[in-house]
Amino acid sequence: MALSTEESGRLAALLSEQDERVTTRWTEIVTSSLRGRLSQAELRRQVQDLHRAIVATGDQGIIDLSADSAAELRAALSELSRGRARQGFSASETTISIFALKDVLAELVQEAGGPTALPDYVAFSKLVDEMGLFTFESFVRTRESLIADQAEQLLELSTPVVKLWEGVVAVPLVGTLDSARAQVVMERLLQTLVDTSSPYAIIDITGVPAVDTQVAQHILKTVVAARLMGADCIISGIRPQIAQTIVALGIEFGDIATKASLADALRHVLRLNGVETARRQPRRDA
Amino acid sequence: MERVPILKIGDILLVSIQLDMSDQTAVQLQEDLAERIVATGCHGVIIDITALDIVDSFVGRMLSTIASISKVLDAETVVVGMRPAVAITLVELGLSLNGIRTALNVERGMELIAAAHAEELDYQLDDEPDAETATP
Amino acid sequence: MTAGIDLGQPQAQSVRSDEDVVRVRQLVRAVAVASKLSLVDQTKLVTAASELARNTLVYGGGGSVEVTVVDNGRRKGVQIVFADSGPGIADLDLAMTDGYTSGGGLGLGLSGSRRLVDEFQIETSAETGTRITVTKWSR
Repeated sequence: MALSTEESGRLAALLSEQDERVTTRWTEIVTSSLRGRLSQAELRRQVQDLHRAIVATGDQGIIDLSADSAAELRAALSELSRGRARQGFSASETTISIFALKDVLAELVQEAGGPTALPDYVAFSKLVDEMGLFTFESFVRTRESLIADQAEQLLELSTPVVKLWEGVVAVPLVGTLDSARAQVVMERLLQTLVDTSSPYAIIDITGVPAVDTQVAQHILKTVVAARLMGADCIISGIRPQIAQTIVALGIEFGDIATKASLADALRHVLRLNGVETARRQPRRDA
Repeated sequence: MERVPILKIGDILLVSIQLDMSDQTAVQLQEDLAERIVATGCHGVIIDITALDIVDSFVGRMLSTIASISKVLDAETVVVGMRPAVAITLVELGLSLNGIRTALNVERGMELIAAAHAEELDYQLDDEPDAETATP
Repeated sequence: MTAGIDLGQPQAQSVRSDEDVVRVRQLVRAVAVASKLSLVDQTKLVTAASELARNTLVYGGGGSVEVTVVDNGRRKGVQIVFADSGPGIADLDLAMTDGYTSGGGLGLGLSGSRRLVDEFQIETSAETGTRITVTKWSR
């Protein structure tokens, strides 16, 4: 797919001779396609970078996007697509910045004329198409890594482990627990036990809409792992429907302590530690 | 073959496993420990596995055996410092380490042994004839 | 010993003694760390390797272990092959059962390590011995 030496030379010559005109025209087309969402100055800088990279590659001989000599050009294209992906532009809005070069080249080649005009334009077009595809690919890659990062951040956001008392940590689970999240919760909780030297952990499932066998398995495994490390877990916030599901599914919670609310669980732990909690006065006047 | 050192601190024997033990080293430790419990008359054994990055079924079995042997020799064994990744792996492996007491770190392990020992002393005191007056 | 591992090449380790089982663990850990498995996944893989290498030694009468970095296009992983030329496993289903042992162990070697890895293949016969291939993928 590479341009021949002659074609590369002519393309580089065409672009560098009409330097100013190419960048201006290119910038114009891109600006109109993005409808002013990026400043003209910034677009011009990007276009100039690309222009310089193409000319530089052409100066080294054959323009071939996959060759070592085109490393600078590829870097410029990736940088452009990364920037656009981060700023929230769509894939077409990004690749159009590359395809705009075709329009510019069409004008230039037509003006220059000559017997090689048509084959040259076809060859140049192919190169631009390749550059466009490359840009699209790196745009998608950037978006994918952004999505992965966000998923990870979401995972961290949704699983806080908090210290409730000296030696007592709690993890309030909110939302649906899938296998990946359950694993993160498990690891985070166990690590916090070590870091804070806390022998008690409360797993509060008030915010979990449903408990199936798999979720129950994950919770049970966490409890067993914590025991192996020398810590005890209490499960709190089991809602009536969930209690029914647990029994209906035949899940054995065995000798694991379960409490209705987080407060009950904390009181239970404190009592085990010999801390006196104020008893609530019976409300006789009510 | 390398040997795991056993330290005596007061009434407690402390074993801190710092190396990736071969099976033979593990068996040796088991034997050494039994001898030291008898020789010193200690009532507590703390096995610190903070440095172990895995516990497989062989080491798991060694820990269980040590706990059982020391029980027979009237000593309480506490395994301390198991890493979260190790605990998760053991659960997945299906190893429950039955009969082994565990604690998060050496300090907590010592508290556990002290508490167990105190209970035993209380129990012995209850056997004294004047304990009858204490019963309501 | 484990420094400067060439991940492009499969790493081999023979299993003839107790110390070799330790070397297998160290080799697997080094490769797992280098292929960026998470800490828990490293621990699971090294534990499985320890169980299976011990099986190779105790039941297979010794053999060899080969550790390779694999790539399925989407994820990287570590693949380990345990091979021996021992008597093979007579009843595979029974051997894969939790708690079953023919050698005085806890009976968790095969069944337990299968749970610790993502892929587990076993070929065994009285003529050619036993060959177990396990793979753990990075997340």
